[in-house]
Amino acid sequence: MQTLVAYVENKPGVLNRVASLARRLAINIDSLTVGPTESEQVARMTIVAHTDAKGGHRLEASLEKLVDVLLAENISERSVLDRDLALIKVAADQNSRPHLMDLIKVFRARVVDVAPESLIIEVSGTVDKIDGLLEVLRPFGVLEMARTGRIAMTRGSDLLRPPAAQPKTEELETIASSSKVIEIT
Amino acid sequence: MKLTGAEILCESLTRLGVRHIFGYPGGAILPVYDALGKSKLHHILVRHEQGATHMADGYARATGGVGVAMATSGPGATNMVTGIATAMLDSSPLVCITGQVSSKLLGSDAFQEIDITGITMPITKHNVVVSKAGDIARTVREAFIIASSGRPGPVLVDITKDAQQASTEFDWDASLPQIPLKRARNHFDQAEFDRAVDLLNSAKRPIILAGRGIILSGAMKSFERFVRATEIPVAMTLLGIGCFPASDPMNLGMMGMHGEAWVNHAIQESDLLIAVGMRFDDRVTGDLRTYAKSARKIHIEIDRAEINKNVPVDAALVGDAREVLDKLQPFLVQPDRSPWLAHIRELKGGSAVRDIQSLPDNGHLYAAHVINDLWKETRGEAIVVTDVGQHQMWEAQYYHHNQPRTLITSGGLGTMGFALPAAIGAKFAKPDSEVWVVAGDGGFQMTMSELATIVQEKIKINIAIINNGYLGMVRQWQEFFYDKRYVATPLVAPDFAALANSFGIRGERVTSRADVVATIRAARESSETVLLDFRVEQEDSVYPMVPAGASLHEMIRRPNNPLVETAAEP
Repeated sequence: MQTLVAYVENKPGVLNRVASLARRLAINIDSLTVGPTESEQVARMTIVAHTDAKGGHRLEASLEKLVDVLLAENISERSVLDRDLALIKVAADQNSRPHLMDLIKVFRARVVDVAPESLIIEVSGTVDKIDGLLEVLRPFGVLEMARTGRIAMTRGSDLLRPPAAQPKTEELETIASSSKVIEIT
Repeated sequence: MKLTGAEILCESLTRLGVRHIFGYPGGAILPVYDALGKSKLHHILVRHEQGATHMADGYARATGGVGVAMATSGPGATNMVTGIATAMLDSSPLVCITGQVSSKLLGSDAFQEIDITGITMPITKHNVVVSKAGDIARTVREAFIIASSGRPGPVLVDITKDAQQASTEFDWDASLPQIPLKRARNHFDQAEFDRAVDLLNSAKRPIILAGRGIILSGAMKSFERFVRATEIPVAMTLLGIGCFPASDPMNLGMMGMHGEAWVNHAIQESDLLIAVGMRFDDRVTGDLRTYAKSARKIHIEIDRAEINKNVPVDAALVGDAREVLDKLQPFLVQPDRSPWLAHIRELKGGSAVRDIQSLPDNGHLYAAHVINDLWKETRGEAIVVTDVGQHQMWEAQYYHHNQPRTLITSGGLGTMGFALPAAIGAKFAKPDSEVWVVAGDGGFQMTMSELATIVQEKIKINIAIINNGYLGMVRQWQEFFYDKRYVATPLVAPDFAALANSFGIRGERVTSRADVVATIRAARESSETVLLDFRVEQEDSVYPMVPAGASLHEMIRRPNNPLVETAAEP
């Protein structure tokens, strides 16, 4: 499993390009989350892919070749904080409810909706933690589940930021018209 | 100044230095054609949009500039797909402009509406839909930069009809390209660089694998300096041919599936491969598990995604070939290369050197005769545009190119039908150059309608059809691997000479070796396009051959059969 972070232009079709690239490389995406960043023009993706380190490198390098991808970084080997969020609707009657509440406390989850026959539990954390909660909830009857997929961030001073500056236009065009190579591979 | 989107497009193309556009009109691109008529741009009417893309591709390959193709929406756009993919696989800079239905009709399955950006997403470097006249100038400028920068490739710009028709203020200076800047990835750290230098200077049996990246980078001089300084022999990929003179003693020739036997053996025995601007395609490596097993590898390559893709390397110098070679130059020491070069000479001596020309005329006309005579007659200076198949390999083996951009051929995609339109494009790019099409009877029939384009545009090229009555390369595979069961490879063709005549082109059939040189001379002397239909040996094969999936040194060699025997010492 490889985890990549990508900053992309926030415009239509970019998600399609990213997904289409993974398909073309025959890499199965486990989860892909997209969300806004502090800039309106830029979105951030976390991609978790079923592949090895070689595939992770290829995906990273190929992603960055897409014009709309500002930065792609394979963070699988780095110190990373990652979070998944799940909403789990679980069957709950008079008898099972107290037991459920204990489990929810242990997993530091929250009840966000209560109905006569069910509860909705909100839990965030690592994938393992959520899988663990699911495991213990299953005997009660998991009726429905929605998960966000992983978001990830490198720890500490290891910053992942898209480049802010734009290349000088005249420079770009001079270079292009002389068919010299510039770094937009 | 207020202009329509269509006028802005023509004005932008003109300002970007475009002179020729290869295209085919239709409803959704009609406003642009109306504007084209008022511009100074020379539009070449093709007979099929695939031809337009191949022409633009041939134009780009002959010059290094960007080729421009144009088509209408729907079928016009989908007909471009093969040509776009051809350009993508060979890193050819193309800008393809397609008309699209009006933006208010998008997604409604309107007449001739197709999602061409969706279709071409995996086969373009970038593509974009433009639905506002005000965005056209900026987008076209961006398209040219993207197509020609870094590792070049095709860019498709799909312009809706309403964007072509709308009038807006045209301000070139304000229409600045806005391509997001990437981190400078084309770098390698000092340790990687030092490792490469150490490997280079300590290798005993090194080989350079030279690819098209050298030509794309314009690195020919730097490359030659590098070869002189290191005295490392050079093996060529098909698309690398021309980046280093074939006449140079350090040039071993082509590697790979139909490469010279001694080249493949030398690669397998080497202790260091220096790959420059090539991507270890399966056609040059054979079985990866047995590929150059005792060799360390240095990869000089602009595209980071190519590093370690097929062959794991010991040092990766990601960057423009010329820049990287120039950086290496001061650190190179010239070792005593004579034992290794002597060994390669031995390998070469032990191989059956093809010398088909020294064979007495036995009444058979071989494709190799034709191509070798063509080489001699043109002194190796013509631009030769090939199709795909046996003749393509024979061209690579028997026509010796000393200049870059003189062999134009579809390598990565292997697109049959490429030759004739690409040659037309090359002729527009280099009107003073002699251009030859070398095509098989199969591929030629795929795009031969472009003969009419030649006549309409009154251009002069020469066409050599290597006609063996078969889809020759497929037949060869059937001979070797399918017990000679020739399914769907015997091929009926029209009388090409008569066909040419019907277009108003001079055509001639050549059946004997004695007539080859005379007809080539006559064709070259004619001021008009001439088609020569060479009826060659029907069941000849390309040797040597590394069967698909076999190890590079496991070649099928030319059998000792008098009909096809061509082996002789030079």
